[in-house]
Amino acid sequence: MTARATPVEQRQLDVRIPSDVRYIDAIVEQVVLRCAAHSYSRRHLALNVPVALTEALSNAILRGNHEDASRSVHVRADVNASRLVMEVRDEGTGFDLEACTEDPTTPENVLREDGRGLFLMRRLMDRVERFSDGGNVVRLILNRA
Amino acid sequence: MSFSVSSRGDVCIVEVEGQLIVGNRQELKQKILDELEKGQRKVLVDFARTGYIDSSGLGVLVSLAKKMRDMGGDLRLANLNDDLQTLFELTKLDTLFQISETRERALENF
Repeated sequence: MTARATPVEQRQLDVRIPSDVRYIDAIVEQVVLRCAAHSYSRRHLALNVPVALTEALSNAILRGNHEDASRSVHVRADVNASRLVMEVRDEGTGFDLEACTEDPTTPENVLREDGRGLFLMRRLMDRVERFSDGGNVVRLILNRA
Repeated sequence: MSFSVSSRGDVCIVEVEGQLIVGNRQELKQKILDELEKGQRKVLVDFARTGYIDSSGLGVLVSLAKKMRDMGGDLRLANLNDDLQTLFELTKLDTLFQISETRERALENF
């Protein structure tokens, strides 16, 4: 009996990308493809996953690695029928997630041009975590149901 | 990802194809600033063919809206799909922009 290769959309994604925002689209596409293979909702595929992952990747590239070409961003995405777990690791010093509580929707903040990234990650994912393990890691968790 | 610019009467229409995210937001900003430079004061951004928008894309729209108002102009939006509408509602930016369901409706009232 010949062993069949696992289809790409069923494999865990585990890649390193340069600190360049032009790579974001391709990574998002790969993760959405995997979620679609597990029948995640249209809303998850079109809004929650792409926006939250784009925020995590742009934070890592721009703030964590400061677009330094010598630094890379490590992306892992593990998708199954129950949940999606994404980890984005940069080579920066990290930040205090719990201290970032500013609400960009208040009247005094809504006209600001920045400050919505973490807010969107929190609103679009079921859980957002940050930790260090030799790098600065943001973990995003989305339950399928 | 691309942007196309056209005009209808005195309204400049900018169509966003694909994503409006950190990687291309400056291109959109520059296109609209170029129109402002030419004297254009009414800009309609049409999202009929847009995938998703991130916080950088939203930030550019806020920045442009403020600039246009300062210059006596107006930036309006049209054709947000349900997901984009949700994004604007989550961030309360639906209170900042005049959003029309269709391009034609936006042009009627501009």
